[in-house]
Amino acid sequence: MAEPDVAVIGGGLVGSAIAWGLAGAGKRVALLDEGDIAFRASRGNFALVWVQSKGLGMPEYARWTRASSDAWAGFARELREETGIDVAHQRPGGFSLALSEDELERRDTTLKRLHNQSDLPYEIVHRARLLKMLPDIGPEVVGGAYCPLDGHANSPRLLRALHTALKQRGVSYLPEHSVDAIEHRGGVFVVKSGTRTIETPRIVLTAGNGNRKLGEMVGLDVPVRPQRGQIVITEKAAPFLNYPVVTIRQTDEGGVMMGDSLEEAGFDDRVGLGVVGTIAERAVRMFPLLGSLNVVRTWAALRVMTQDGFPIYEESKSHPGAFVATCHSGVTLAAAHAKLLAPLIAGGGLSDDFTAFSAKRFHVPPAA
Amino acid sequence: MFRRLPDLADTASVTLTVDGEAITARASDTVAAALLAAGHAACRETAVSNSARGPYCLMGVCFDCLVSIDGLGNRQGCLVRVRDGMRVETQRGKRVAGR
Repeated sequence: MAEPDVAVIGGGLVGSAIAWGLAGAGKRVALLDEGDIAFRASRGNFALVWVQSKGLGMPEYARWTRASSDAWAGFARELREETGIDVAHQRPGGFSLALSEDELERRDTTLKRLHNQSDLPYEIVHRARLLKMLPDIGPEVVGGAYCPLDGHANSPRLLRALHTALKQRGVSYLPEHSVDAIEHRGGVFVVKSGTRTIETPRIVLTAGNGNRKLGEMVGLDVPVRPQRGQIVITEKAAPFLNYPVVTIRQTDEGGVMMGDSLEEAGFDDRVGLGVVGTIAERAVRMFPLLGSLNVVRTWAALRVMTQDGFPIYEESKSHPGAFVATCHSGVTLAAAHAKLLAPLIAGGGLSDDFTAFSAKRFHVPPAA
Repeated sequence: MFRRLPDLADTASVTLTVDGEAITARASDTVAAALLAAGHAACRETAVSNSARGPYCLMGVCFDCLVSIDGLGNRQGCLVRVRDGMRVETQRGKRVAGR
């Protein structure tokens, strides 16, 4: 194969979306990926395309999330036309539910601040009206916060659609190509993977938690860490949840996903009964009907998390042409990565809008 | 398609209904075995594509013998012993939560 214009390192949702966009911009792209045993958030996520609660403290991130959410329907349509795969994107708006007045009030306070900061549209829906929208809520649910921009998709199918489209767009996909070293010689990156060497003028690091190590090879500081989330899945049931809830959603095929736990567990992606039990218990309090369904699967996956929870997008100062893109919302941001970020990387580089996403924000000088 | 082995010919029999129709089974049968013996090779339609499925592994692994038993959906027919008066229904597509 001819040497690529860009090598994207990491074949999960972030890397696939960017590679798709780069190929769409006419670039010759190689996508290097690990194998099936890689820690892969793209196969373990909750598949929300979510806006409420994103970006308090960083207006640029709130704006970016919203831009992606707005671009999602068109992105899904394009993928379907290109591959015939329906990624089941829906945007009916979404809820976070409260099991006490106190919880509802705290939610309202957070969203009010986000509304003031970034004009987030939302409303607090009290129990009487909530019963019309989500008839199966349990007696303890006092209300919820509704944001009309929220939605969800089928994320395993999204990854498959992207990879199908990548093949059609002529992207060279290289599984089992974990990267050992990256050298920079005369403006060219020499990417070494096993016995293979790829030379390219531009690279994009999209390897999730692997970006920390890869970043060091090209002068990029990528302070990300794994954060475990556990998920419980029921058998497929006839549709009864009309809206995704931040911790509970019914997939297009009928299974109900419950999740949203957070644990600092390093690179340990095992499930634990304690957390799974708590997830199920809270979910049944929200929707008692869930108690009648059989659980068919549980799993854990590792989020890719920064200190402040916001993404990092940056080009290396010392190694121009080396970019990093990392976030914990690979599904929500897939449309933005494919349609907005990739064209910038294919062109001159990141615009000034991305300055806020630099990892420099973590380098606070010591107080005098 | 299936024939009973002759050595169990004189076991006690029970009566259950399949989609409202009475069938006779041996008291030692599982629901899946009773369905197969009565000629019901297909006992459900899958949850997503609605294609026909019937009992396959008969040991609780394949989940292809799912039926509704006495009003409760997605029961594994091969793991439930028949009972006199039991109501078995073909499961068409997804089960309904709570039923």
